[in-house]
Amino acid sequence: MSEFILETNGLTKEFKGFVAVSNVDLKVQRGHIHALIGPNGAGKTTVFNLLTKFLPPTSGSILFEGQDITREAPVVTARRGMVRSFQISATFPNLTVLENVRIGLQRTLGTEFHFWRSKKSLDVLNGRAMELLESVDLAGFADTVTVEMPYGRKRALEIATTLALDPKMMLLDEPTQGMGSEDIARVVELIRKVSANRTILMVEHNLSVVANLCDRITVLTRGSILAEGPYAEVSKNPKVLEAYVGSDDINDAHH
Amino acid sequence: MNNTNSMFARAMPLLLGALFVIGLVAPFAVYPTFLMKILCFGLFACAFNLLLGFVGLLSFGHAAFLGTAGYICGMLVRDAGVTPEVGIVGGTLAAGALGWVFGVLAIRRTGIYFAMITLALSQMVYFIVLQWKATGGEDGLQGVPRGHLFGVIDLSNNLAMYYLVFAVFCIGFAIIYRTIHSPFGQILKAIRENEPRAISLGYDVAKFKLLAFVLSASLAGLAGATKTLVFQLASLTDVHWHMSGEVVLMTLLGGLGTILGPLVGAATIVSLQSELADTVGSWVTVIMGVIFVICVLLFRRGIVGELQALIQRAGIR
Ligand SMILES: Nc1ncnc2c1ncn2[C@@H]1O[C@H](COP(=O)(O)OP(=O)(O)OP(=O)(O)O)[C@@H](O)[C@H]1O
Ligand SMILES: [Mg+2]
Repeated sequence: MSEFILETNGLTKEFKGFVAVSNVDLKVQRGHIHALIGPNGAGKTTVFNLLTKFLPPTSGSILFEGQDITREAPVVTARRGMVRSFQISATFPNLTVLENVRIGLQRTLGTEFHFWRSKKSLDVLNGRAMELLESVDLAGFADTVTVEMPYGRKRALEIATTLALDPKMMLLDEPTQGMGSEDIARVVELIRKVSANRTILMVEHNLSVVANLCDRITVLTRGSILAEGPYAEVSKNPKVLEAYVGSDDINDAHH
Repeated sequence: MNNTNSMFARAMPLLLGALFVIGLVAPFAVYPTFLMKILCFGLFACAFNLLLGFVGLLSFGHAAFLGTAGYICGMLVRDAGVTPEVGIVGGTLAAGALGWVFGVLAIRRTGIYFAMITLALSQMVYFIVLQWKATGGEDGLQGVPRGHLFGVIDLSNNLAMYYLVFAVFCIGFAIIYRTIHSPFGQILKAIRENEPRAISLGYDVAKFKLLAFVLSASLAGLAGATKTLVFQLASLTDVHWHMSGEVVLMTLLGGLGTILGPLVGAATIVSLQSELADTVGSWVTVIMGVIFVICVLLFRRGIVGELQALIQRAGIR
């Protein structure tokens, strides 16, 4: 087995002449928590969309566990064990919290096309679903309709639903976005916990989260990789400081 | 909301039981042919609602399934001399197969494109029915005998015919009800609520939509085939795009995505049509149009949807 679970070569995406992702060679090591950072509009979400096949690349290739998945359908890639979350909350709002997690588990029964079978047949999944909810501290919300949960809890539910598939690799797009510090701490602990035995690639704007969670960092600006390495190294890179932190310096100079 | 939802869930079997009893005694109070018309269109609208209300796909070609099944059933019974139940099953299967063809061609499109493709395909069906000699062209397929159910029960007796239609409706309705409350129905809900997320969880959404489409088409066909026996006629109006529009109106008026809404909507439209046809003649179409506009502008949840919302609000207080 290769040391890298995911590799891209020359990954490029153009939108009508605008290059959103340019010649990206990304390597994610098995077992790592790998951060993808960069200013707004750098192309981070587009990279996620390419990796999970929600968008076809203009050129370049993607290898997952050594297999070329560049032209695969998104659902096939998901079944390989690379499961993503979305930048905007990705729950099923009018299902209950328990039902949300069960959607993640349901394929294991092989009855997902059985329109003649009672919904009660899904109750065998409740035990496992409750375990997953407990692991993200949501057991008390099992019967709540998801839309009524606080935002931070919804992100935790997303993670529980993704965990239901026991994916080899999780892609999280800004899991702490819009959260207060208490929720952030909770989600960081959660990510650390679920990273055992799997690889995580996450987009994150909060640099303190990145610093204390991630093994390796890739910095993206205007679609290209600017720097890559461990946090300590990358955060001292002058190019990164200029592109990323630099904007703050300029603001400070005005005051 | 959760509490009132489970309140609805608990009240539903009672309500359905009451309606079942009403359905059993209704032909002694109301003209059976009128009731049969309501039940046929009610099933048609319920089938349509399975697709629009529970998958979020707006088909603008559902008349093709109603009509095709009606013609096939009529030809089987009149020209091939089979018993009525065979005619109904044959018509239903034909509609299901046609639904599969429509589905394969349209299912990867969404929104207006999906509606346009289904409309275009159903217009092709319309022209085939219009041109083909065996379907009777502009005259439609006339003089379809009701025959003997299983070769035994004489359906020219209106009461016997009514109970057959009632049974067919109950079976169709039960299939829809179960589908909504099945493992498959759970995935349909997930797809409607958040399609990209459903994909990312490993569900091949096109397949789920296709199966829902075929089910919806088959059940629309079941309604159409039964209707042909009731009126002993399959006519061009059944395959005309007006009919595809009318089922949208029935569903929206009754309450999109509600279990009973489409039946209520169908009953309302059918009653209005039969009341108004005698008094205002061709103004019926205008009045239907006005109702449609009012419904879309003011009562977006439809009759049943608005009622549910009222009860819910009362429950929260
Ligand atoms: N479907 C699309 N069509 C056209 N342009 C797009 C599309 N998706 C993204 N873009 C453009 O590509 C660029 C990168 O967008 P992307 O969403 O990947 O950025 P991001 O790094 O995720 O930003 P943020 O931090 O704000 O989430 C942006 O300029 C965006 O406008
Ligand atoms: Mg983004």
